[in-house]
Amino acid sequence: MTGRLILRSLALMVCLTLANSGAAQEAVVAGLSQDRIDITADFDGSDILIYGAVKREIPVPPGPLDVIVTVEGPGQPESVRRKSRIFGVWLNTDVVTIDQAPSFYAVATTGPFSDIVSDTEDLRNSISIPRAIRSAGAPQTVQNAQAFSDALIRLRLARGLYSMNESAVRLTDQTLFRTDIDLPANLVEGNYKTRIFLLRDKRVVSLYEKTIFVRKVGLERWLFRLAHQQPAAYGILALVIAAVAGWAASAIFRLVRR
Amino acid sequence: MQFYLPIAEVSVNAFLLFGLGGIVGILSGLFGVGGGFLITPLLFFIGIPPTVAVATGANQVVASSISGVLVHLKRKTVDIRMGTVLMLGGMAGSMAGIWLFNLLSRLGQIDLTVQLSYVVFLGVVGAMMLQESLRSLSRSRHALPVKRSQHMWVHRLPLKVKFRTSGLYISIIPPLLVGFFVGILAAVMGVGGGFIMVPAMIYLLNMPTKVVIGTSLFQIIFVTAFTTFMHALTNQSVDLMLALMLILGGVIGAQIGAQLAVRLKAEQLRILLALLVLSVCLKLTWDLVATPAELFSIAARAAG
Repeated sequence: MTGRLILRSLALMVCLTLANSGAAQEAVVAGLSQDRIDITADFDGSDILIYGAVKREIPVPPGPLDVIVTVEGPGQPESVRRKSRIFGVWLNTDVVTIDQAPSFYAVATTGPFSDIVSDTEDLRNSISIPRAIRSAGAPQTVQNAQAFSDALIRLRLARGLYSMNESAVRLTDQTLFRTDIDLPANLVEGNYKTRIFLLRDKRVVSLYEKTIFVRKVGLERWLFRLAHQQPAAYGILALVIAAVAGWAASAIFRLVRR
Repeated sequence: MQFYLPIAEVSVNAFLLFGLGGIVGILSGLFGVGGGFLITPLLFFIGIPPTVAVATGANQVVASSISGVLVHLKRKTVDIRMGTVLMLGGMAGSMAGIWLFNLLSRLGQIDLTVQLSYVVFLGVVGAMMLQESLRSLSRSRHALPVKRSQHMWVHRLPLKVKFRTSGLYISIIPPLLVGFFVGILAAVMGVGGGFIMVPAMIYLLNMPTKVVIGTSLFQIIFVTAFTTFMHALTNQSVDLMLALMLILGGVIGAQIGAQLAVRLKAEQLRILLALLVLSVCLKLTWDLVATPAELFSIAARAAG
């Protein structure tokens, strides 16, 4: 009886080791259609094609193979406020600070999220949207703090800043994959981290990372920099433009009227 | 054509902005109002963050006031001494307003404050306009002279100064206070404040009507310029691209409006403007009172 148990657990261990070594022999290689996004005056969003292949030196191991692609914008602490009705008027009463939330987060997968990745792997790699947000804790005075991070996700989903596209990654012959990630017009400047997870049996077997640089360019960049680095000069520039425009308009129309 | 605004960090339709500036410009040309009190709430409606809308609104008012004051300077209908006193009060008020604005921003109550102020002032201004235009309609039939009220307490205050252009010898305290109050409005609401200052100058300071518009424009230029500068310095919330679109639309619209004003019957149009102002006020009130679809909001990205 005991011997059989030992034998069974031994067999299980062998299986696991085999699965692991098999996993190590599968790796993902990928490319992006562009790794630089320029925000210009007429920037109206963009989409990036992410494509790649699974490299392996062994025959195709058993178990389902899946790919998850995530693109993550620069994060920062965010304050989420909740309104309540006071004297008939809705005003902000409670506030919870989320320690770190990406300004943009897109997930694309080859299948239903919970079917292709285990909870442990999601926790370890922070793949799903709720896991990508770090929230240490809310002040004691606020009840139901979870509602605040849920609200953050809901608001950003609605604005297209967060997205979860299940089955948006096309995987061909367990080897080639591709997906498109939509970047909306209201992007924040910064380095966008792209991660490509290769999963076998709900476990991450390979991870490929690449950075997309999102930058304001041209006039937009110049104005943004000036506004933040030399606000006094920027303020004066704004006034000069207003003054010239105001004066020029009346001068031009006086000429036209004659 | 979508247009990315570098400071507001949103993409908006350029023609929409241009049109918005144009319509408000036409209204301001027609009625001689600054238009700031219409442009800022309209910017809220199209999704510009309130802090950017207020600061940029102030910048737009600078341009439209300069355009307007040039005509008055030529006609010598600007009381520069009175304007300077109002301006000094205005700058102090603007400083206080900016401080209040930044404090309320930190507390997360700025949107509410700005919206509430708009509800109150648009309500008051709309009602006043409606009443005045209805009265002037009946006045044009009966032709009754208007008597200027005499506020004796104004004349008993110290620090009297002679204002030659206005033909007044009064204390500088009331104009300083009027300027101060208007300065707060400029900083918190992004308006010129002419709609408050003009009646105050006529009824409180007893200034002659012919110098009132020019003098108030003179004050507005400096106070809104100062406010724009302070917002740019402390909040980095002036969006030059947005301002430029609004100014272009606005100055062209203002000239068209001024031409139209000669041909159209202003009394009836004034009733329409009053109704427009009241409906913007109602919309803002509704937004405050109605149960919002979303109770949560993400605070605007802090500068720096």
